[in-house]
Amino acid sequence: MNFVLKIWRQEGTGSGGAFSHYEVRDVEPTVSFLEMLDTLNEELTESGQEPVAFDSDCREGICGMCSLVINGQPHGPIPGTTTCQLYMRHFSDGEEITIEPWRSSAFPVLRDLVVDRSAFDRVMQAGGYVTVHSGPKPEPNSIPIEPEVAEEALDAACCIGCGACVAACPNGAAMLYTSAKVSHLALLPQGQPERYARVTAMVEQMEEEGFGSCRNYAECEAACPKEISIKFIGRMNRDYLRAALREPINPRGKMESQ
Amino acid sequence: MSRLLSLYRSTLGKKAIVAVTGVAMLVFLVLHVIGNLKAFLPDPQLGVPDIDVYSRYLRSMGTPLLPHGAALWAIRIVMLVALALHVVCVVKLARINHAARPIRYHRRRFVEATTAARSMLVTGAILLAFLGFHLLQFTTGTIDSERFVEGAVYANLYRAFHEVSIFAIGYVLAMGILATHVYHGAWSLFQSLGYDRPDRNPGLRAFALLLALGLFVTFSSVPVAFFSGKMPVPPDSKRVAAVKGGG
Repeated sequence: MNFVLKIWRQEGTGSGGAFSHYEVRDVEPTVSFLEMLDTLNEELTESGQEPVAFDSDCREGICGMCSLVINGQPHGPIPGTTTCQLYMRHFSDGEEITIEPWRSSAFPVLRDLVVDRSAFDRVMQAGGYVTVHSGPKPEPNSIPIEPEVAEEALDAACCIGCGACVAACPNGAAMLYTSAKVSHLALLPQGQPERYARVTAMVEQMEEEGFGSCRNYAECEAACPKEISIKFIGRMNRDYLRAALREPINPRGKMESQ
Repeated sequence: MSRLLSLYRSTLGKKAIVAVTGVAMLVFLVLHVIGNLKAFLPDPQLGVPDIDVYSRYLRSMGTPLLPHGAALWAIRIVMLVALALHVVCVVKLARINHAARPIRYHRRRFVEATTAARSMLVTGAILLAFLGFHLLQFTTGTIDSERFVEGAVYANLYRAFHEVSIFAIGYVLAMGILATHVYHGAWSLFQSLGYDRPDRNPGLRAFALLLALGLFVTFSSVPVAFFSGKMPVPPDSKRVAAVKGGG
């Protein structure tokens, strides 16, 4: 198979970028999308050109590193997959393929197709934790959880933090990511002590990072490689509004230090 | 109060305000269209159209407990505040959203987003402009001040829609825009307020579709009926003046 690749090239953050055209020839249909880019990079290196910078790590769809907008869709045209799970047989011979980085002011381009997603880490740091005591560990499964609740929490916990939701959202919103991270803890008994403080802190951090707002397009759900439902956004909205409207509680109570 | 202000500062809070003010305006629209349908009812007494009686009732609502017109003004103020909050929050959100995606994609393929959802800002702006026109036409009478008679609702409708075809066409088009806006808004507000669930969503979508279609059909029926010429000619202006004096 032969393809024409239209790839976004950019020196670094802040510098302007532009599309470059590359031709790749005799590509096996069984080759993965990232392997096809590897081959292109080898050719570029051999001919003394700068290879195309792109992110990848596990190449089995679980790490969330690969991040390409292919023909206008994050992770390409196949639903429920990451870029590394995309194969050249999913494209037609002779096709021009446009490859762009995630576009978001919160995810600045580092080089070519690589973006800095540490904004997600800071959202996570703001509240994505639970309190555990430091003594001997309790017996696993000592807290009974309804299977439906456990399943729902696991559905949210499937999020690999790839950022496709932000890339897909016309508003560059991180609502699906934040709501998945908020919900998988808020659903479980272990996450209850920080439930309302967590949603407030994570939403505030999300807004500080410069992500947009939700307009209920559901593009994020369609682009999510883990097919996380936008129901978690509604859940987060509910918890956030509850947290915002109720009387704030001082967790220290009367136990202020003397 | 400080908590409400901090809610206003967050994007989630702004969305909630947009949703709640949207509900207020939807309730108003439903009541408005029920009132409009009185144009089709037979005259309660000869020469006095039912919709004119309704218009006088709206002004005398709440009397003698409240001064004449006070209840109507209260509703008007609530609606103006709701509209102002709705528009201000949406404009602020639009600016945030624009800043969040400074560089657009060269190529973009949408999967889930409906045209209605993607055109909310455009339809909203058109509706705002239409609302201004509508108030100038049927509340203050500025658009056609020579023929406008305050209180003679039926006669004003007849003149506007039967005699000027562009008004009838314009109003039906505007109601189409309204239906598009409501189709996304009436579903989206449940998510903004956190009441959506996967098992409820088909029902919520159906509700939004029914509401949008219902508002379109009922609102459009009045200009279409007057335009078609099937509506009876309004009572002459002398009688109208007499009714006004009596009211």
